[in-house]
Amino acid sequence: MIKNTAAQMSASLAKGEITSVELTKLHLDRIADVDPKVKAFLHVDGESALNQAAAVDADRASGKKLGPLAGIPLALKDVLAQQGVPTTAGSKILQGWKPPYDSTVVAKLKAAGVVILGKTNMDEFAMGSSTENSGYGPTFNPWDLTRTPGGSSGGSAAAVSAFEAPLAIGSDTGGSIRQPAALTGIVGVRPTYGAVSRYGLIAYSSSLDQAGPFGRTVLDTAMLHEVIAGHDPRDATSINAPVPAVVAAAKSGDVKGLKIGVIKQLQGDGYQSGVQARFNESLEILASLGAEIVQVDCPSFEYALAAYYLIAPSECSSNLARFDAMRYGLRTGESDGASAESVMNSTREAGFGREVKRRIILGTYALSSGYYDAYYGSAQKIRTLIIEDYKKAFTQADVLVSPTSPITAFKIGEKSEDPIAMYLADVATIPVNLAGICGMSLPAGLAEEDNLPVGFQIMAPAMQDQRLYQVGAALEAALVSKWGGHLISKAPALGGAK
Amino acid sequence: MALSYDDVIAKYEPVLGLEVHVELNTESKMFCSCSTTFGGEPNTQTCPVCLALPGALPVVNAKAIESTIKIGLALNCQIAPHSRFARKNYFYPDMPKNFQISQYDEPICFDGFVDVEIETDEGPKQFRIEIERVHMEEDTGKSLHVGGATGRIHGAEYSLLDYNRAGIPLVEIVTKIVPGTGKYAPEVAKAYVAELRDILRGLKVSDVKMEQGSLRCDANVSLRLIGSDVLGTRSETKNVNSLRSVERAIRGEMIRHAELLNDGKKVKQETRHFQEDTGLTRSGRSKEQAEDYRYFPEPDLVPVAPAAAWIEELRAQQPERPSLRRKRLKEQWAVPDKEMAAMINADALDIVEETVLLGADPTKARTWWLGEISRIANEKELALTELSITPKDVAAIVALVAAGELTDKLARQVVDGVIAGEGTPSEVVAKRGIKVVNDDGALMAAIEKVCAEQAETADKVRNGHVPAAGALIGAVMKETKGQADAARVRELLLGHLGQASN
Amino acid sequence: MSSLSRDEVAKLAALARIEMSEAELVNLSSQFGSILDAVARVQELNLEGVKATSHPQPMENIFREDVVQPSLTPDQALSGAPAQEEQRFRVPQILGEAE
Ligand SMILES: [Mg+2]
Ligand SMILES: [Zn+2]
Repeated sequence: MIKNTAAQMSASLAKGEITSVELTKLHLDRIADVDPKVKAFLHVDGESALNQAAAVDADRASGKKLGPLAGIPLALKDVLAQQGVPTTAGSKILQGWKPPYDSTVVAKLKAAGVVILGKTNMDEFAMGSSTENSGYGPTFNPWDLTRTPGGSSGGSAAAVSAFEAPLAIGSDTGGSIRQPAALTGIVGVRPTYGAVSRYGLIAYSSSLDQAGPFGRTVLDTAMLHEVIAGHDPRDATSINAPVPAVVAAAKSGDVKGLKIGVIKQLQGDGYQSGVQARFNESLEILASLGAEIVQVDCPSFEYALAAYYLIAPSECSSNLARFDAMRYGLRTGESDGASAESVMNSTREAGFGREVKRRIILGTYALSSGYYDAYYGSAQKIRTLIIEDYKKAFTQADVLVSPTSPITAFKIGEKSEDPIAMYLADVATIPVNLAGICGMSLPAGLAEEDNLPVGFQIMAPAMQDQRLYQVGAALEAALVSKWGGHLISKAPALGGAK
Repeated sequence: MALSYDDVIAKYEPVLGLEVHVELNTESKMFCSCSTTFGGEPNTQTCPVCLALPGALPVVNAKAIESTIKIGLALNCQIAPHSRFARKNYFYPDMPKNFQISQYDEPICFDGFVDVEIETDEGPKQFRIEIERVHMEEDTGKSLHVGGATGRIHGAEYSLLDYNRAGIPLVEIVTKIVPGTGKYAPEVAKAYVAELRDILRGLKVSDVKMEQGSLRCDANVSLRLIGSDVLGTRSETKNVNSLRSVERAIRGEMIRHAELLNDGKKVKQETRHFQEDTGLTRSGRSKEQAEDYRYFPEPDLVPVAPAAAWIEELRAQQPERPSLRRKRLKEQWAVPDKEMAAMINADALDIVEETVLLGADPTKARTWWLGEISRIANEKELALTELSITPKDVAAIVALVAAGELTDKLARQVVDGVIAGEGTPSEVVAKRGIKVVNDDGALMAAIEKVCAEQAETADKVRNGHVPAAGALIGAVMKETKGQADAARVRELLLGHLGQASN
Repeated sequence: MSSLSRDEVAKLAALARIEMSEAELVNLSSQFGSILDAVARVQELNLEGVKATSHPQPMENIFREDVVQPSLTPDQALSGAPAQEEQRFRVPQILGEAE
């Protein structure tokens, strides 16, 4: 049962073949079984999950009309506030903090009857591409426990690929949903900026952050997408428009006559051969399904990484200023006669990890008087050029595609001493964030050289998220029939799977 | 060496710059839905947004935008077709996010002016204060310092924070530098703040209570040698909390700067704090290493682009400018300068105007409000508007007197009754049985009775000593319980005693 | 080749309220050269006349009505406080500046 898709679980629940309490127990058992190896979760709240499940079962028994995901378990990235449940964003500075409020995403999940199993590990404050920057230790890739699951939503991606949960929520500031989805062989979507409320999402970079769904299939991911998306008056950057029909698109999966643009700048040098091979193969499949493949040119993408590593650190240097030991979270250095300022200094020294400090310092520098125009100001202008590149490309194609990550899952520790090498992991995902559009990663197979999953990235214009699912579903169906099953079924067993 | 003010202005010209912070009187805070009510229990008006809990996001209060545009229009400003919020980054425990959402290079209103008039040696003179910008921001929380002397921050062991005020909408009004005021700099500054206060009150966008901090003034002062065009170093005196203090603080700073300069010392660019008790300023934070605020556009908020039609609608709703209104009322009511000033000082202009609009004679309306009613208000330590007597009541009383149904003396009793909550003037008249005695027969009976009782005095009057009649009139009034018309009593009495009555 | 001296890093750390050991300052200063080189690429293009984008969606005038909603209870507001007294957040002495 736990290897089924969420859609299948939903059908079983509806037919009464299983209760949500039973389904939740199966997943809690699986977590107890494999999470000591995978370390996807920071906090599992079995009791509260079973209570939620029991409530859904009761509602179902009383004949109440339930949404399709009612009673389905889910893993929640620890970056989202959940009332009364420890929420740390992977940082020591928030150890033990229990929010007195629910994020909008959590409120929507609860309203839909989704059962929240617990909070998943992540790079501290979502800063990283490997989940090694967590203040609580790394998460391990279920495909190879010596490798990272990517990041920053590595815990969520690992939980789904290790069958600890059929669905998960992540957040994507520079690729933090799509890259771990690629590295763990699952589906991950970064919705259009403003499509999912950021209220209660602990901010890393406000103009880039967006929460989104993970699933093992395109349809599952769409079902979760539909639950969490929608306008929220508590987020002033939330788009007031109907949610795109993503589930319908995932069910149709037709690409006949669709133009698919391959971005010249997001391939070639630096892309692993197995990654490039799977990507090209997927293009051929899409062409065989009736899509027209065109080449598009996005020259300013070459500067996307540089712009991102100015904009995100700048915004984070300000967003993370609130962690100051005054109102919540860690407080250290409170010796006799210590001033508020020295307590702030010592708490932030003790509570923040290396990468977070590095980005805060970089952002402080980029915003400081005398450097603003050269760094932050220029980066914001590059952002305009990237938006223009996309605009032009979308006049030539309905969706754009690239490999999600230039490389497959890398070894733990391999890049952690070299920030620049780590930053390159997001080279293909970052342009989407800078432009505020939407993107999906879905499994394109395994790279020959290391037998690890490769992700195929699809990008669509703002609020055209349904196109991702339409193309994704078509490609997925063709690949699944070619492989004789979902890619994830090829993942190695981790323990006594039930 | 202590300098006199005359010494200072003989040698130096002051250059002013004024920053006024106004708390708007919206129901909810600038970026969240917490109440703005003053004086609540600590931390009862806070939420994830104004406590800066992780994940919380700001959303702009529409009313605050409207109020700020109204202020900008009243100060003759341009309204920006496109403006943005920015983050001003600095750490301070009373500011939960450790940045203030403010506006930086794109304020919502800019380039305005206010004209103020003051008395000079050469008569009334007008000064134009140019406005650089009007922008929106948010207030901070309140700290209570524990363990030090007198609750001050210096020497305190620790502090206690209440964030009820954090996030209250603030509007900051910044002038361009104001040169050319010469020795009148303190008066001009005071007149400017007073004019601002009146304008804001007329717009009904703020309580403008300096003593409660809803209007706060920071005064920048520098001196330059007369004839020089090189600006001196300025000091910035914070939170000057009354009109009188504005004047005192500027005068004091001018003298302090001049003493330093005369001694060949330098004025430090720093923040100073005005001391109500001494009228002097005390050194605060030095600005030698200017704080780097790292302003950048607030990414959680989108630009403000007020529609031109909306701006015109707000422009059309602008109330009359206070200075013009004062001039108009003074002429319409034919009020002498001194009485006009008294009315303005007593904050009675609105209430008197309302009374006049209800049909009362302007002089009568003014006399009632500034006389008897003000006296009672003072006694009760209440503002005129806080008494339970309304312009409608006063207009009714004036009408009753004009109709001869009340004497002035009786009218005072009616005023007392209304203020005591006994009802409308006619209800008080009825309940208390107040009535002018118009019956000459009844009056004559009283007069005869009094003249018999005080035969000696009556004889004096009979013999032509008219001033002695006063005592008899008083006695008759007493006899008729004050309900008689004193003029009629006098007429009848003098006639009775064989004297002419005029 | 860009660089950021140890003293510059120290100044930034102070601005950002992060205490740093001598070793950290030196380490970060040595790393910053290559990071700054990487990000300085944004200056390679001629950006004259290009508008800055600070927000990816072209939105404006998003406001809320001036209506009061319930606040947190003081217990909730103070639930994360490292120290509290008299229903207020207790913080170490604030030095330097009077209000
Ligand atoms: Mg200000
Ligand atoms: Zn609030």
